[in-house]
Amino acid sequence: MTKKINFNYSCPMPEFDFDTITIGHGSGGFLTNRLLEEVVFKHFSNEYLAQQHDGAVFQVDGKIAYSTDSFVVSPIFFPGGNIGDLAINGTMNDLAMCGAVPKYLSLGLIIEEGLKVTELWDILQSIKQISDFYDVKVVTGDTKVVERGKGDKIFINTSGIGEVLPKANIGIDNIQVGDQVIVSGHVGTHGMTIMSVREGLEFETSLESDTQYIGDIANKLIDDFGSKIRFLRDPTRGGLATVLNEIASNLKLSIEIEEQAVPVLRETSSACELLGLDPIYVANEGIFVAIVAREVSNEVLSVLKKDLKCTNAAIVGSVTVDYPKKVIVKSGIGGKRVVSMLIGEQLPRIC
Amino acid sequence: MKYLEEFRNAEIVKQYLDKIHNTVTKSWSVMEICGGQTHSLVKNGIVDLLPTEITMVHGPGCPVCVTPVALIDSAIKIAESENSILCSFGDMLRVPGSEKSLLKAKAEGADVRIVYSPLDAVRIAQKETDKKVVFFAVGFETTAPANALSVLQAKQLNLYNYFLLTSHVMVPPAMMALLQDEETNIDGFLAAGHVCTVMGTNEYIPIVEKYKVPIVVTGFEPVDLLQGLWMCISQLEKGTALLENQYSRVVSKKGNEQAQGIIERVFKVASRIWRGIGNIPESGLELDDEFREFDANFEFNLNPEGEEPDNKCIAGEILKGLKKPKACPHFGKLCVPENPLGAPMVSSEGACAAYYNYSQ
Repeated sequence: MTKKINFNYSCPMPEFDFDTITIGHGSGGFLTNRLLEEVVFKHFSNEYLAQQHDGAVFQVDGKIAYSTDSFVVSPIFFPGGNIGDLAINGTMNDLAMCGAVPKYLSLGLIIEEGLKVTELWDILQSIKQISDFYDVKVVTGDTKVVERGKGDKIFINTSGIGEVLPKANIGIDNIQVGDQVIVSGHVGTHGMTIMSVREGLEFETSLESDTQYIGDIANKLIDDFGSKIRFLRDPTRGGLATVLNEIASNLKLSIEIEEQAVPVLRETSSACELLGLDPIYVANEGIFVAIVAREVSNEVLSVLKKDLKCTNAAIVGSVTVDYPKKVIVKSGIGGKRVVSMLIGEQLPRIC
Repeated sequence: MKYLEEFRNAEIVKQYLDKIHNTVTKSWSVMEICGGQTHSLVKNGIVDLLPTEITMVHGPGCPVCVTPVALIDSAIKIAESENSILCSFGDMLRVPGSEKSLLKAKAEGADVRIVYSPLDAVRIAQKETDKKVVFFAVGFETTAPANALSVLQAKQLNLYNYFLLTSHVMVPPAMMALLQDEETNIDGFLAAGHVCTVMGTNEYIPIVEKYKVPIVVTGFEPVDLLQGLWMCISQLEKGTALLENQYSRVVSKKGNEQAQGIIERVFKVASRIWRGIGNIPESGLELDDEFREFDANFEFNLNPEGEEPDNKCIAGEILKGLKKPKACPHFGKLCVPENPLGAPMVSSEGACAAYYNYSQ
């Protein structure tokens, strides 16, 4: 399994005279103030947040990337991480896929009354560890509390701004025939981990989510290879197949991948086999897809493989002209099939 | 994954493909019964690797596809009733009923839950004692034992808020109906491996003898399918009609007698409407009178034997193997997985969905 950065940082939770978030914490009055002061502002203290203004004012130079994402995962804690990890890694990764270095984030929390303060603390702790490590600042935010039954413990929205690297030239129009498709790690690990702990479906597995920030290595690729890195995407919902379809449908070209070249953990493929799912449609968090010029593809691969987070990277296919707007998979036995976009959710089979 | 990877070995696949190419001299139509087999054939690109003389006809072994519209309407009616929970395998949710699908009913507020086993539905019934919990028991002989077991478990737990909405069908009567149908033209069968795991192979002997048609019980992986097909083609070329078992690593002659015992205890044989095909006598299972108190039809006063609505779907011709999905004028146009006209486009085992997903 890919090795994730082990954060050894931890911050003791302040003493509270309440252990559960109640509707009063979202009312804008005294309780809200306590919650924000003690849990949020102190935790993420920086000069922008300290202004306690309606928004953050800061200087940015050059071209910027701006992205937003909302997180509603259930359960909120799962092997390998929690909703906080997803919320920060997700938006930071999205910015990095645009060729940017993430700088500033907003953090919106929608909390269902009844959430334990310790759970909120742990979630914020995850966000803080990652933002500190990568020097990204949470500069503005919002907290709302909704009645029990109107949320699912906690929903998080993060938006982020990043500075685009001078050498970045990421765009679907840059993709050319012969370009190679690289995935940076095992496909489907996060999605199958979540399924394994989802209520009503629990199955025993050693799988852990690979949620992580992979933008540093994506940034490095741009620094090293410039415009030879044609396109970057993190294949979250809908998985690898859906992302490749989105790319192909915007091109007059096709993408052909070798099923056997796609890196999938044994645990993931076994669980998929059991549930009748296809790993290439399963959601990911800690990997990205790169479409790169053929002449640098092997070099890109070796740069990736040297990074602890991408040791399982692989070239899985290439951009061709034969099947315009389609994604074709060559099966292990040599047959070919079209891979279409995921329609709705992957529904498990009867038998 | 032991017992899977060996059966996906490209070298062995090639050997069987060569054997088939070297054996075949005439045109043959072979039906694979099970939708799982259809998907494996299309997903692995096997259909395109076969000699042109061989036509694979995709059979009716897709439980979702053959579940009549009236039963789906019944399931929706239950889900929309006050204080009731409809539990179903995920596959059924997108299948269109006469007005809507279970997925749409769920979005409108009906309590529909996807479960992976009928025993999960029993657990829900244990937790939510003030609600009527109904499991949509769809499937062939493969799912029947577990569904029957859930009734026995509910009885043992004195759970009287658990019910089955039964839509069980059986393979051998459907095969006989297809063979008797003058329109169909099937030279040999690949019988469904999973069904035979439960039922054994003996019940196919009378079919082989009466209709003089070779039947090879076959598994689901590429090597299984090609070996089974080669066995079937070899028989056809030799002019024999025997029952053979390719899937012997799993299937025995007698099958799983304990599972059969449970089916027999809980269910009784009944005639059943197959969506697109019509009524086939003694082709289904329904709860035995002894277990009537667990029957959703009685509890909710349902009449699922309604007329099939007239629509543009040619599911019947697809399921009888008379037409290939691409021969349907609506395939990929009016009828797509996100907006299906009929069940074969919905189920992950449906022939239309297989062609749409893997070869559109």
